[in-house]
This record gives sequence, structure tokens and C-alpha cells, in this order.
Amino acid sequence: MEKLDRKLGFFSSIPLGLILAISFLAPLFVVALFSTMPQKVFSLGQLPDFSSYKLFFNQGYYKSLLWSLSMALISTAILFFICWPLAFGMAKVFKKFTLVLTIAVVMSLFVSENIRLFGWSLTLMKGGLLEGHLRAWTGIALPSLLYNTGIIIFGLVYVYLPFMLFPLAQGIAMVPEDARQAAADLGANRWQILLYVDLPLSSPGIMVGSLLCFVLGAGAMSESKLLGGQSVIVIADDIETAFTFGQNWPLGASLSMILIIIIGALAIYGINKIDLDTVMGRKR
Amino acid sequence: MKVQPILRLKNISKAFGSFQAVKDINLEIFEGEFFTIVGPSGSGKSTLIRLLVGMDDLTSGEIYLRGNRIDRTPANLRPTCMVFQSLALFPHMSVGQNIEFPLKLKKMAPNDRKQKSLELLDLLRLPKSFYEKRISQCSGGEKQRVALARALAFDPEILFFDEPLSALDYRLRKTLEKELKNLHLRTGKTFVYITHSLEEAMVMSDRIAIMRGGEFEQISVSDDIYERPVSRFVAEFMGEVNLFEVSGTKKLGLKSENPNFHINCDPSKAKLGLADGIGGVLVVRPECLRFLTNSESADFVLTGKLKAEYALGSRTQYEIETASQNIITVEKLREDRFMGKEGSKVTLGFDAESAHIIEEL
Repeated sequence: MEKLDRKLGFFSSIPLGLILAISFLAPLFVVALFSTMPQKVFSLGQLPDFSSYKLFFNQGYYKSLLWSLSMALISTAILFFICWPLAFGMAKVFKKFTLVLTIAVVMSLFVSENIRLFGWSLTLMKGGLLEGHLRAWTGIALPSLLYNTGIIIFGLVYVYLPFMLFPLAQGIAMVPEDARQAAADLGANRWQILLYVDLPLSSPGIMVGSLLCFVLGAGAMSESKLLGGQSVIVIADDIETAFTFGQNWPLGASLSMILIIIIGALAIYGINKIDLDTVMGRKR
Repeated sequence: MKVQPILRLKNISKAFGSFQAVKDINLEIFEGEFFTIVGPSGSGKSTLIRLLVGMDDLTSGEIYLRGNRIDRTPANLRPTCMVFQSLALFPHMSVGQNIEFPLKLKKMAPNDRKQKSLELLDLLRLPKSFYEKRISQCSGGEKQRVALARALAFDPEILFFDEPLSALDYRLRKTLEKELKNLHLRTGKTFVYITHSLEEAMVMSDRIAIMRGGEFEQISVSDDIYERPVSRFVAEFMGEVNLFEVSGTKKLGLKSENPNFHINCDPSKAKLGLADGIGGVLVVRPECLRFLTNSESADFVLTGKLKAEYALGSRTQYEIETASQNIITVEKLREDRFMGKEGSKVTLGFDAESAHIIEEL
């Protein structure tokens, strides 16, 4: 009977499985195919020549990729350091205030990312909220705070904070209190507890948060456009340009493929390292 | 020469808001002792042990370890260690890493660490192959031993136990109780143990403290606690007991209101007597009661109806209902068991030596 149930379950999942496969994998497959086509063609009927991949190296697109990856990496690291104390407080200390904090952070997600970034842009631009007031009141004129790499990283940190904070808090909540007390009892000081107990036991949360922030950051574009004023071209920008102004689908497709492969490999590596069940709160 | 206690508690108290969890406790524990604190849940025993290891701060009082005051020292700097009720093993470390944790903090060289943890595995009768095992692969009893090994690796002055056996099944608990007692003998360390089971305490301890409502009710060797409880609470805490309400008469005698209860001896000679007008209870353990035939007599005799009989394995337990609706419990070894019909009339007796009097005002 159980066996039959399992079989029925399998068969009834086929239709939806097919739809998901077609809607998720088919576009990816088309992109993969396009990436092998000669330059500037709009059909898949040509012989593959992989010329777009050569362009990636020859025309400096790899620089955009490096910018994207390194800014994602830096912002992820910053996010980790900012969010750890906050997440620790949410998981272990704040009690009722945790809910207030959660609602506050989630509320910010209700407003579109681009609108929030425009808000920052208006705040930080020359003659904007900050600099304008400062100049009107003190007469000191500052150079624009926008249009540099630092502000792009600030944007990434700002936008992706919830994606680090919540998984991290979830991860820290999983650290059993008695394990921390036992470590102290056995002679560990605060830093040793952090190093030997807190960090390893909350590693699933750390992994999920870092992965989310890195992956989202590597594919992000609005921050560099709206705050960075394209002082740095990121890979997502290149991909968009290739598909639109550039009218070069194979180039866009190949850049996408490179990004997908790098991020996909990272994500698979990360997810293999963690037990998703424990992240979802199942007791060990 | 007066022996210096290894641990001395001086007037320690702990309050949570207006609730006094531990009330002005004084206690001395001596080197090499197996000291057990027993109490029902809510008696403050867990709070007390948390104060002793430094996980909570005292509200008032002082704690001295070998004469040095330690109550302001944080837990990680105190030379004591605790085995948790949950064991609190580190799930992300192997058995070996768990045991080596305190050694690693003490900056011991990796080879020495491994050597030491293998010795400890051996001491706790775990095979060397456990060194590489994951905690999740260990059974309940094995985890227990790993937690013990980890605590011993710390080489504490005093080893505290917070009901570590309470989650285990009966048979394993019995085995580990004996092992723990054995380990205490072999290591010669001072053990301070907390449990809600007096039975468990009696198996292992040199001295037992009975705790109730944040205070000690009685501190003594286990025989004393069993045979000469100072209060009704202590008497009833240790399983089955029969309590007979009595009151004192002139010349330190006893009398009972119960018409089925006869006193055939001079209680004052047996040191069971009470002064005139003083109330009390006579404490008799179930195994000290005998079934009497018509020709036999005893110092104290009572009659009743055999109500029920329960086989407990090595012993048989009988419930006898007296005329005043009291239930008397009697236990006999299986080989001496009483052959009586349920509902039949029986006569019970016990001697003055096996009774104990508790004065109650």
C-alpha cells in the first residue's frame, strides 16, 4: 500500500515537474546554446564557434566580472560583521524587541529596491539632502559622495542586509545555550566560545546568509547604476547592454553563462556543506 | 586537627525577583567526598549548583574553595566543572575533540592531548575507536561517558553533576550509578551530585543533603536519612514509609488515638518517647513490619484488612487497610512472602529498634 502511494505520488508529480523543467531549464538551455553562436546572430541555426567566450577575455569583460565578484565578496564580508552582533542580539538577547527589529527590516523590503536607492542618491548627491544642508548652514562644500566604488558597496550592504541578518539570526538561534555554558565551564573565555562554539554551530546560517548576499551581490546592477553612476561597470550591466544596445545576443548569453556557472558552482558547494533541515529549525 | 573543607558555602542566597530560590545556605564539603543534594523539582537544587559553578551570581553570601573566596570568579576561571543534565556535548566535534576541548584551551600540545583523551576513554571503558566517532553516533550511555571524560579532562578540583542520569532508561541508569561510584573511588575526586531521586543518591553518596524550598532539611549519611529522618518530608521522600500519628504521655511514653494500634513496650526505654502533650509520628519502613500469627507478639501491634498484594520482583508489597482507613505498606522478600487472602484480617507488628520518632509541634 505504501509502495503504491509512493508510486502514485511520483506519477502525479510528473506534470508539474515537466512544467517546471520547461520553464526553468529550457530558457537556460537556449541561453547556453546562444552563447556558442557566432557574433550578432539572432537564430540558433548557425554553426557554433564560441567566439563570444573569446571576447570575454579579449575585450575586457572579465574586468566587469572581477568587479562584480569582488564587490559582492567585500559587501558580504562587511554584512557578516555588521549583522553578527545584531543577529546575536535577535536570537539570544533582545526577546520582544526582536519582533520590532524584524518588522522594521521587513518593512523596508516593501519599497522597491530602485526607489530606495534613488532615495539614497537624493540624500548623498551634490546639493542633495546631506551636502545641501551642510553647505547652506556652514558654507562648506563637499565633493559628491556618489559615483565611487565605496558607495556601490554601501548600496550592496544596504540592500542585502535582510538577506544576511535573518539567516544569521536563525543560525545563532540554533546554538544550544548549554553548549555555550559548558564551554565557559570548561575554561573558555568569550572569544573562545565565539570561535569554538558559536561560529561552528551557527555555520549553516552563516553559509546561507553569505551565499544569498554573494549571489545577489554578484548579479546586482542597480547599485552601480544609481549610486555608482557607472564609475564601475559590473557584469550584469554588460549583459544587459549586450542584449539591448549591443544587439549581440551570443555575447550576452556567454557572459550570462560564465556568471551562472561560477555562482552555480559556489551555491552547490555551499548547499552541500549544510544540512538544510537544521536551518529550517528541525531539532537535532 | 580540624579538616579543612574543600568547599564552604557561607550564608548563600539567591533570589529571582521576590522569589527566594536558595535561602541562606551553609554547607561544608570535604575533599574526596561524594556529596549528593536531593530534592523535588523546584526545591532550588539546580539553582544552587548553578551558583556553585558560577553560571549565576549570588544574591548574598560567600563561597570558598580551599579557603579562597570564589563567588566573584566567573565560571571559566573557576577550577570546577559540571556535567550537565543535557550533557551539553559539542555536536560539531568528534568524541576526541570533545574530550580534548578543555586541554586545547589550556594550550596542551596536540600529541599530549590525544594521549590524555585516550587514557580517559580507557578510564571510562570506552574503546579507543571512539576517538574518531561523531557525537551523534553515540548511544545515551556512551554520550554520558564522553561527557564525564570531558569533565575529567578539565581536571577539576570538584566535579559537579546536574542530574545527568535522569534522561536514561532504568537499567542503564542503575549501571551508570554504580560506575559513577566506582569512578569516584578510582579518581579520588570530590563529586557533588544533584538528583531528584533519593534512591540514586543512596547508591552512590557518602553524604546526602535533602533540600526543600531553598533550604536543607537534613544533611547526613544515607543510613541516617533512611532510618532516622528528621521530618515527615524526608521520611516520605524516600519512597514507601508508614507514619503513625502518636502523642507523648507522662514519663516519656507514647499513646495513639487509633484503637487498632497497641503499644506493648516502654517507649521511653527505646528512646521513642515524647514529652506529655507533644505530638509526633512514628516512622516505620515497610520491610520492618511483620505479619504476626496468633501466638506471636511485638513491641507495637496493629490490625487491619489485607487490601492488595503487588509483586515487585525480588520483593512483594502488601497494602493493609486499618479501621481508620489508613493504608499500611508492608514489604517482604519474595521467599518470605505472606500467604493471605485479600480481604482477610491480619495482625502486623514491629519492634522498637526498627522504628524512629519524629517530634512535631
